[in-house]
Amino acid sequence: MALGIEPRTEASAFWRFASPVLAVLATMLAGALLFAFLGRDPVVALRAFFVSPLSSVYGLGELGLKATPLVLIAVGLAFGFRAGVWNIGAEGQLTLGAICGGGVALALSGTHAPLALPLVISAGILGGMLWAAIPAFLRARLEVNEILVSLMLSYVALLLLQALVYGPWKDPEGFNFPQSRMFDPAVILEPLWPGTRLHGGAVFALLLVAAAWILDAVGMAAFRLRTLGLAPRAAAYAGFDRRRIVWGTMLASGGLAGLAGVLEVVGPIGQLVPQISPGYGFTAIIVAFLGRLHPLGILLAALLVALSYIGSENAQIEAGLPQAAAGVFQGMLLLFLLAADFFVRYRVRRIDTPRRAREIRPWTP
Amino acid sequence: MTPITRRMLLAGATAGLTLAAVRRRPRAQARLKAGWVYVGPVGDHGWTFRHDVGRREVEAALGDRIETTYVENVQEGPDAERVIRQLAAGGHGIVFATSFGFMNAVLRVAPQFPQVKFEHATGYKTATNVAVYNARFHEGRTVIGTIAGHVTRSGLIGYVGSFPIPEVVMGINAFTLALRRVRPDARVRVVWVNSWYDPGKEADAAKALIDQGADVLAQHTDSPAAVQVAQERGVFAFGQASDMSRFAPRAHLTAIIDNWGPYYVERCRAVLEGRWQTHSIWWGLREGMVQIGPYNPILPQAVVDEAERVRQGLIEGRIHPFAGPIRDQKGELRLPEGRTLSDEDILKMDWYVEGVQA
Repeated sequence: MALGIEPRTEASAFWRFASPVLAVLATMLAGALLFAFLGRDPVVALRAFFVSPLSSVYGLGELGLKATPLVLIAVGLAFGFRAGVWNIGAEGQLTLGAICGGGVALALSGTHAPLALPLVISAGILGGMLWAAIPAFLRARLEVNEILVSLMLSYVALLLLQALVYGPWKDPEGFNFPQSRMFDPAVILEPLWPGTRLHGGAVFALLLVAAAWILDAVGMAAFRLRTLGLAPRAAAYAGFDRRRIVWGTMLASGGLAGLAGVLEVVGPIGQLVPQISPGYGFTAIIVAFLGRLHPLGILLAALLVALSYIGSENAQIEAGLPQAAAGVFQGMLLLFLLAADFFVRYRVRRIDTPRRAREIRPWTP
Repeated sequence: MTPITRRMLLAGATAGLTLAAVRRRPRAQARLKAGWVYVGPVGDHGWTFRHDVGRREVEAALGDRIETTYVENVQEGPDAERVIRQLAAGGHGIVFATSFGFMNAVLRVAPQFPQVKFEHATGYKTATNVAVYNARFHEGRTVIGTIAGHVTRSGLIGYVGSFPIPEVVMGINAFTLALRRVRPDARVRVVWVNSWYDPGKEADAAKALIDQGADVLAQHTDSPAAVQVAQERGVFAFGQASDMSRFAPRAHLTAIIDNWGPYYVERCRAVLEGRWQTHSIWWGLREGMVQIGPYNPILPQAVVDEAERVRQGLIEGRIHPFAGPIRDQKGELRLPEGRTLSDEDILKMDWYVEGVQA
């Protein structure tokens, strides 16, 4: 008896749900071995990773806080990814959102302007859209590769932010340290529950997931996106306007990344600093694909990735794990998640040894 | 026997509460959990490594009475606030936040945990349970600037800078003033790498500076990349934060060493003995928070003697790193002869002295 691999004719519905569960179990097993080899108690370490971040209201709030920008950006990116529009520069669009929103917040400080917070947030969204409009224009008009342009613009955005906080927007009372003044309380997003840091952005992220899901299920737009991604020629024959799709997906994903950026500065940070995001724009690409470009999948993937980040801090505090070991554990989780996808498309079957070979006898005269 | 009344029960409860309140006052503790928040990985050289050496010195000095925790690679921003809060909530009596960017995170967490002591390195905001500590790294730069003045032939010194924040700016200025006291025509060319730790960029910056004629390198970044390039290219360099001589035995002249251990031991002991108080300290060569590493044997004895004279002068207060006359890059007199810059002016420094090309 031997085992063989064969492609499935149709993706398995069972494994679609079972593969992430299998991946998490495999990660726990391999992680337990790793921690035991390092001389740490595997139970304590795994509990620090997966259980203790979820065991308090504050912990859940932190999970939501960390997952919110990932959800916002990944849902936006997924629109484009399905249509084959590769916006890799969400990190830069996030930064521009923070710059524009933060700039308005600084300008409004002390003015007691009504609707200050909505103004700040709108400026952030517009900033993200503006930054995404550059690669969109170059792609739609001049066929310039949007992957390169959007990625490179991320570095430009970061340098722009640094030029501002080292220069004109530096806090005059801040001993020349590169950061802006703290924003007025009027433009700060208050936490939803006292004692946590979770803000209204999380609610918006959930609404966004629901809206994207409905659009996915009933809308014609989603069909157009998929067709363009899978069969660009068919889409052209069907009369779908590719330029409009490039513009639409780039602006949507840029605007959402800008929103994520401005929410960070009016939420937990409260001022402009030389670096706004610990790489949310790039992590969101992983989240989008882990979630199979589906809104609900993205929500779950974002929560899992956020948990793995918070868990890795916790494992250092509670189990004394070095950061490198926690990083290896995070990497294993991603590896197993992607590897387990194998079962969705392929099946492992028993192959019987061919009998016929034995029946053919050599000819003897 | 008096019957027990409700009034007596109330009185008893009140007394109990008062007693509890009295007992909550600071007092000697038997054991303390201390936590450190690091901005980078510990590794075996540089800024975070030196803080971790300090942490281990606390463990060695206080033995059974202390338990330490550390978290590496914490991003400045929202993540820092969560880590600091978790350390405070997890029973740590004192938390050391060892990077400037943790300042506002510490200030937000501290009021929620009045019984926990917080210590923030290199910042400027204090509170009743937040102390600030910093080192006069620029005093070390006065010493190595003196050495550079004696060693350079070309008169051009290459300086690998991280970010133009006051700590780095005052370091460049102190170095340049000392350098030009020995060699009045010398210049310092700065290349910014926009990072505290990026060996690739630091090496590129070092190579570019050597190509432009620099024959001595100084750095305000954490990796040994620049001293390694100096070794390869046959020029001289100074180590940063820790002794880096094993990376470049010939090129490494000496190093400015950060020495946090004694401070950490004293502050943990203060918590244990119930006498911790907030403060803002800025210690240098005199208190031993900044040290000069071993001198490379290839340095002529006369140069070592001169460096030691400057070091002793700084310790005894006879020499000031920022003594007039000081001119800025435009040649304007910023400080007349006979005067010295105040600590406040040094801490806010945003201009370069004559001879700096930044």
